[in-house]
Amino acid sequence: MKFSEHWLRELVQPEIDTQSLVDQLSLSGLEVDKVEPVAGAFSGVVVGEILSAEQHPNADKLRVCQVSDGSEEFQVVCGAPNARAGIRVPFAKVGAVLPGDFKIKKAKLRQVESFGMLCAEDELGLSEDHAGLMELAADAPVGTDIREYLKLDDQIIDVDLTPNRGDCLSLAGMAREVGVLNKVPVASVDCSPVAPQIDDQVEASLKATSGCPRYLARVIRGIDSSAETPLWMQEKLRRSGIRSIDPVVDVTNYVLLELGQPMHAFDLNTLEGQIQVRMAQQDEALTLLDGQEVKLNADTLVIADDKKAVAMAGIMGGEPTSVTDATRDILLESAFFAPLAIAGRARNYGLHTDSSHRFERGVDWQLQRDAMERATALLLDIVGGQPGPVTEAVSEQDLPAVTSVQLRHDKVTSALALEIPAEEIVEILTRLGLKLEVSGDREWQVQVPSYRFDISLEVDLIEEIARVYGYNNLPVRTPRAELPIPPLPEARVSQSRVRSHLISLGYQEAITYSFIEKGLSAQFDDQHEPMALANPISAEMAVMRTTLWPGLAKALQYNQHRQQQRVRLFEIGQRFVPTTDGLKQQNVVAGIICGSRQPEGWNGGSDKVDFYDLKGDVESLLSLGSNAGSFSFVADNQVALHPGQSAAIQQNGQTVGRIGALHPSLQKSLDLTGPVFLFEIELDAVIGGRVSRFSELSKFPESRRDLAVLVSTETCFAELREVVKAAAGEYLKQITLFDVYQGQGIEPGRKSLALGLTWQHPSRTLNDEEINSAVSAVVSALGEKLGAALRD
Amino acid sequence: MENLHALLADGKQAVATADNVKALDEVRVQYLGKKGHLTQLLKGLGKLSAEERPAAGAKINEAKDELSNELNARKEQLESAALEAKLAAEQVDVTLPGRGQTLGGLHPVTKTMERIEAFFSSIGYSVEEGPEIEDDYHNFEALNIPAHHPARAMHDTFYFDVHTLLRTHTSPVQVRTMEAQKPPIRIICPGRVYRCDYDQTHSPMFHQVEGLLIDKEISFADLKGTLEQFLREFFEEDVKVRFRPSYFPFTEPSIEVDIDRGDGKWLEVLGCGMVHPKVLEMSGIDPEEYTGFAFGMGVERFAMLRYGVDDLRLFFENDLRFLGQFR
Repeated sequence: MKFSEHWLRELVQPEIDTQSLVDQLSLSGLEVDKVEPVAGAFSGVVVGEILSAEQHPNADKLRVCQVSDGSEEFQVVCGAPNARAGIRVPFAKVGAVLPGDFKIKKAKLRQVESFGMLCAEDELGLSEDHAGLMELAADAPVGTDIREYLKLDDQIIDVDLTPNRGDCLSLAGMAREVGVLNKVPVASVDCSPVAPQIDDQVEASLKATSGCPRYLARVIRGIDSSAETPLWMQEKLRRSGIRSIDPVVDVTNYVLLELGQPMHAFDLNTLEGQIQVRMAQQDEALTLLDGQEVKLNADTLVIADDKKAVAMAGIMGGEPTSVTDATRDILLESAFFAPLAIAGRARNYGLHTDSSHRFERGVDWQLQRDAMERATALLLDIVGGQPGPVTEAVSEQDLPAVTSVQLRHDKVTSALALEIPAEEIVEILTRLGLKLEVSGDREWQVQVPSYRFDISLEVDLIEEIARVYGYNNLPVRTPRAELPIPPLPEARVSQSRVRSHLISLGYQEAITYSFIEKGLSAQFDDQHEPMALANPISAEMAVMRTTLWPGLAKALQYNQHRQQQRVRLFEIGQRFVPTTDGLKQQNVVAGIICGSRQPEGWNGGSDKVDFYDLKGDVESLLSLGSNAGSFSFVADNQVALHPGQSAAIQQNGQTVGRIGALHPSLQKSLDLTGPVFLFEIELDAVIGGRVSRFSELSKFPESRRDLAVLVSTETCFAELREVVKAAAGEYLKQITLFDVYQGQGIEPGRKSLALGLTWQHPSRTLNDEEINSAVSAVVSALGEKLGAALRD
Repeated sequence: MENLHALLADGKQAVATADNVKALDEVRVQYLGKKGHLTQLLKGLGKLSAEERPAAGAKINEAKDELSNELNARKEQLESAALEAKLAAEQVDVTLPGRGQTLGGLHPVTKTMERIEAFFSSIGYSVEEGPEIEDDYHNFEALNIPAHHPARAMHDTFYFDVHTLLRTHTSPVQVRTMEAQKPPIRIICPGRVYRCDYDQTHSPMFHQVEGLLIDKEISFADLKGTLEQFLREFFEEDVKVRFRPSYFPFTEPSIEVDIDRGDGKWLEVLGCGMVHPKVLEMSGIDPEEYTGFAFGMGVERFAMLRYGVDDLRLFFENDLRFLGQFR
């Protein structure tokens, strides 16, 4: 809502300057977005009259004008296409200073002397308009300073209203607020009835009473469409950001700004029969004022005559029935459309109008007659004509009810932690237009005016009191509360512990977008069809990630393209996996590593990371919950991973994560320098641990035997370990794999694994015989089950 | 006995010239060992008369002790010299960089979020999380934002279908908590939120921390106190705090909070208000018995103000040169 400060001050006169007024509005909930002068800073510009305009002898596009300032004549060279004798325009005389500190001096244009400059609107900082000279009214007093004539020492105040304050979408509403805040009276707009001079009337019938419970119409015949909108009205409109179009439209816009009632005028002679307010038929056609042809939906309220829809109710009028230069007779409409009948409809057609904006938020449902009278009076002043009587169609039971709300003083006190005196409460609410009636001890019944759609509960009244009293004047305290001890499951590892662990391992946390490109998603996960946004911002952000890997891979790419060779990133976030049981939104922790194992340095090798670097990090992550033994790694195949370097991370037979090398072809298509390794684990598996449990320490010595066995390269260590465990007896305490070798000295197809086996008995020393027999049991089991042989 | 003096003098000479521990040990054997010169003298005492023997014995023992002391002293001297030499040889350049992984770091958004969580956890708020793909009911309806409410235009929403959307705030977590728990409730809800808006100052994904306190006799004053204290402690500055009426369908009254960090400019930093009675009712809480307040803040905004970051887009580029600055 943009308006001129002068206009506001015509209605209410608080004794405060612009800045204080603006601060006051902002702090009362009407946030001022911007305050700007209505014109640029300039001086020395007067109303000039062009007495003659001759073609410039040396330039096609220039004219040589004789301009009067009321007492003298000046020769001015001017290039504007509309420069012609008889019009009055802003005349910057020699010595004038225009916005941007542009000084007007005597000049010679193509050998012709010029004394001053004739101005377009943009040259005075009034608007962006540079189509031609700004044409002033024919009766503009020649010689008068333009600033004085146009009352330019004014500010445009732009208030960003919240959707609950439809009542302030007018000068009258704003003035009411300013009156309350400053405790000063507010002038009311003159809306006295205009007596009908003719009997012509159009009946409106309401066919959709819940959407339109009130419709007023009035015929005015014999208007003069060629009349000019007076300067004062044009200027007020302009300062509210509305261009002057023709007097009829200007008056309806003026009333909209002044009172907040959107109105519409039809060319009476284009209407066929009477008016109906009804729902549109599905796909009914209507050409709107903006030239757009729409097919209406059945949920749209329309104004229609006997034959056709003529306007989209409360949103925009139709083009064929609009007022034109040729219009002589009009039908004025002033109606109340229910917010729910208008809400969302304009947007469905890609429209947003001053009218729909107001009806959606709620227009005073008792304002229609005042607005009609006000518009009639203004119109008669400007375009003349003879008004008929006002006809009103109304469905009382569909009008909003007069709301009455109970207000308990004690509730005000407890809500604000402050006892505001009763007189002050009454004063604030009364000035806001509410009516209070004492209904008990420290209790009122409050009647809400028809323009306040946002007050229906006691808290709404408390808000009004608090707002006017001033939020910053209200007390401050620290909440008091009971302090029960909350649960703190010890088995659970905190997310921040997971984060700090990875950070200690050299990982940097990343945050990547939850939505990614569809093709990229498929490259990383061919098992799930990702959820697609209906209205994505771009193709790159179109589907929900089913894994965090694409985002991390993109982050790696971003960094590699910026000369970062060694990258270790992790992310904790949700992935969105559609399953047959519905959508699974799971928190996962994922990571990516690439580049050298150690940071480049004087003493480290430049070896690149491999699978086991990442696996070691993941294993340490999985041991945070003291539950490392419950996880296993099983060779796996996944579209994004190298088929030979890919594992599922399992817990109790369930896959809870994946780890592996990025598939070389995917690495290539992402333009990454590799190798690249990735992991992703369900966060619940990482943070769900167990509480530690003490087991007795043995006082007896450990015995260790080392074995080197040769097995097929196909045999995996996990298999071998299981065989050893099963054969080594119950006192085997630990299996350490301390070497893996294949190559020279080992026959092809075989590999050597060196194991350290440690035994310990809880309550005695194991003798050599026992150990030796355990070792032979292990060796023979390995031989039987895996074809393993001891290495010589 | 006259050669005792000579022996001792020779022995001392030998000790002094021994230049390593091994040579010194040889000297010890040569003079004090079983067959050493001085030991031999003792053995020769038997040839003396019983009267002469004690005095002569004492003299020899004296000489032995004297030489032994010299030996020990010399040994200590040699050992310490050897140690010195060893230490000198083992000197390292302590200014060379160390070995091993360098420390990674938290993303500044997480860092800020954890800091915000820490303040509220310390006064008894628990952290609650919820789904990011939400239903219309929890994101809007239950928060007093029915379909076609003009406030929906304030949330540019990403939809999957008419009922399913990406949450536009973490308030649905508050709703879910109110549905599941009885007051008193003290929670904060950190997390990702989404709005269909992308330019220099808007990201389609960002983070919020929302808070909710519901108890008996919670007033506007409690809200003011909580947020004023939080803002001062968060910034570790005596910031000026201003409360400005605003509008959110789920709170009444609704408030926007501005701060002034000493440059005379008011910056909007968070939105808050007293929980709307309809919201309480819809979640099964009696608004006559309980009141509460809720607040919400944009984590990126707080991170920008706290660390002086001037471009929102940096947060999601994951440039290591940027992220590394918050270690």
